[in-house]
Amino acid sequence: MIYKLAMSVYKEFLLLKRDLGGLITLFVMPLVLIIAVTLIQDSTFKTVSNAKIPILLVDNDNGKVSKTVYDNLQQSTIFSVVTKIDNEPLTESLAKEAVFKGKYQLAIIIPEKLSVDLQAKINQNVEKITSNLGMTDTLAKAENTAVVNQKEVKLYFDPAVQMSFKNAVMNSVDKMISQIETKSIYATFQEQLGEGKASFEQKSFITFKEIVPKVNNEDIIPNSVQHNVPAWTLFAIFFIVIPLSINIVKEKSQGTFVRLRTNPVSNSVVLAGKTITYLIICMIQFYMMVAVAIFLFPHLGLPSLNVQGHLFMMSIVAIFSGFAAIGFGILLGTIAKTQEQSAPFGATSVIILAAIGGVWVPVFAMSKTMQIIAESSPMNWGLNAFYDVLLRNGSLLDILPEISLLFLFFIITTTIALLYDKKKRAV
Amino acid sequence: MYSLVDFSLAVNEGQIFGLLGPNGAGKTTLISMLCGLIKPTSGSFSINNLTYAKNSNEIKKIIGVVPQEYALYPTLTARENLMYFGSMYGLKGENLKEKVIESLDFLGLLKFADKRIETFSGGMKRRVNLIAGILHNPKILFLDEPTVGVDVQSKNAIIDYLKELNKKGTTIIYTSHHLSEAQDFCTDIAIIDRGQLYAQGTPESLIGAIPNANNLEDVFISLTGKELRDDI
Repeated sequence: MIYKLAMSVYKEFLLLKRDLGGLITLFVMPLVLIIAVTLIQDSTFKTVSNAKIPILLVDNDNGKVSKTVYDNLQQSTIFSVVTKIDNEPLTESLAKEAVFKGKYQLAIIIPEKLSVDLQAKINQNVEKITSNLGMTDTLAKAENTAVVNQKEVKLYFDPAVQMSFKNAVMNSVDKMISQIETKSIYATFQEQLGEGKASFEQKSFITFKEIVPKVNNEDIIPNSVQHNVPAWTLFAIFFIVIPLSINIVKEKSQGTFVRLRTNPVSNSVVLAGKTITYLIICMIQFYMMVAVAIFLFPHLGLPSLNVQGHLFMMSIVAIFSGFAAIGFGILLGTIAKTQEQSAPFGATSVIILAAIGGVWVPVFAMSKTMQIIAESSPMNWGLNAFYDVLLRNGSLLDILPEISLLFLFFIITTTIALLYDKKKRAV
Repeated sequence: MYSLVDFSLAVNEGQIFGLLGPNGAGKTTLISMLCGLIKPTSGSFSINNLTYAKNSNEIKKIIGVVPQEYALYPTLTARENLMYFGSMYGLKGENLKEKVIESLDFLGLLKFADKRIETFSGGMKRRVNLIAGILHNPKILFLDEPTVGVDVQSKNAIIDYLKELNKKGTTIIYTSHHLSEAQDFCTDIAIIDRGQLYAQGTPESLIGAIPNANNLEDVFISLTGKELRDDI
């Protein structure tokens, strides 16, 4: 049996060697994919120092608030402020038109008298407080009862801009305005209390510190590479479903599958030959992608993948993910009658598994129903296992549930394929 | 395709047995069952006193199958194909290599041994297809239309090779639509139609049994009729 298995593996390698297109799909495309996706996603992960996003600022206020907004935006590493288009000073309608046509992604319209009215409102509020404390300046009271209307800072977004970008911009503008408001409140109190020379500490009292897991007393700081390489490596491993299912369909259409069934060799040995071959391919793919992430990424301006102390565990996850992908490929190849059925179905099902598995959108950001569905995706099990190892410093025990599920998936899909084939043979 | 009904047949050792019948008569069903590709829903059969239910592997070791389709890997060479299929019968090492060379040589293909199958003509593919089924010297050889779509030269080479194998003791069970070929080649013939056995005997006895029949084609038409068999 071992001899027949070895000859089956040798035959599969010969078939692959003679299929240039298949080899490109198996080895080159995953590398192109991982480089392209990581390069793109890295620019959204880190601050884009070289490619600032231009935003339009229409300053109808010409006061303290608009100046602070302008200064803060200009100092930011993400945005550059545009106040003129073709040497024409910006108006709201000009800005709106430019943004809605997609020439710019964002316009901020600061309303008239924002600084003046903000100060007036703060003055009113501060006076109310001080009067309650018995410190009222009766002469000023009449002057400050005028109604101050609420002000609106308008934001125009290019309709093509994603929701996450919108939210991030709205949050940072909101934070900027709040800081200005706080500063003004402090200053007004100083004035009202006659403490002109007293200096209030205006820095945020509460700050955030992210505590990350440590390995050998060193922080594991996630970056785009640590997130993307496992996700897209897994995606590439699962793409083995396509060449494997095509290989099985071809065997059926060529008649070699029928010949093998008349030979004294069991279908399990034939499938084991395919499993071993494609598992070796999966591991070569995996190590190639890891090597690219470690050695090539730094030359492309990307962080290097840090696999220190994790490579063995990552290899285990890759092996079991490979098993799951191969099981799926065997099942698909057994059920499909033609390559026209297996190839598109294989490709779309891998994309669906990746989508629901959290390769593109994190599972925690999905709806409750989708989160439940995500838990049934083998790609989700593989991704979690990779993250456990690479980002959460997990042990073999931590990834045991995920790799067990991946292997179970392989057993179930292969068994269904064998049973289906057996059933088909009964007239 | 007809299922086999009330069907009983015996093939003796050393025979060249022809299974003849119109399209959809049940020939493929019968040969597929005998090769272990499909299971009968009722009834039974044995090969060399062995049954698939109990001795599947033993039967597969003593039978050889040459399917109608080429059943070869197009991107592998003739030698690689034969080495692989030979190894599935447990043949290995020098014995396998020699057997492959000997068979290729006999069928005039040795100089093409290291060329890919996809570059071969139909006749060359048929000959390699035949070798893949007989490398292990089977006791019983099943052939499904082994000469379909080949030139006269290839057909003669195949028939000569099969006769040689039969002389060495291989029992041959074969299907064909070439009735004159079957008449010359087979020692025994069964004519089946609509899943039933219509007649069985030597070509001579079958021809003799039908009045005014001069050859096997007359017997065939007389038993199965002139009606077209376009069945889906």
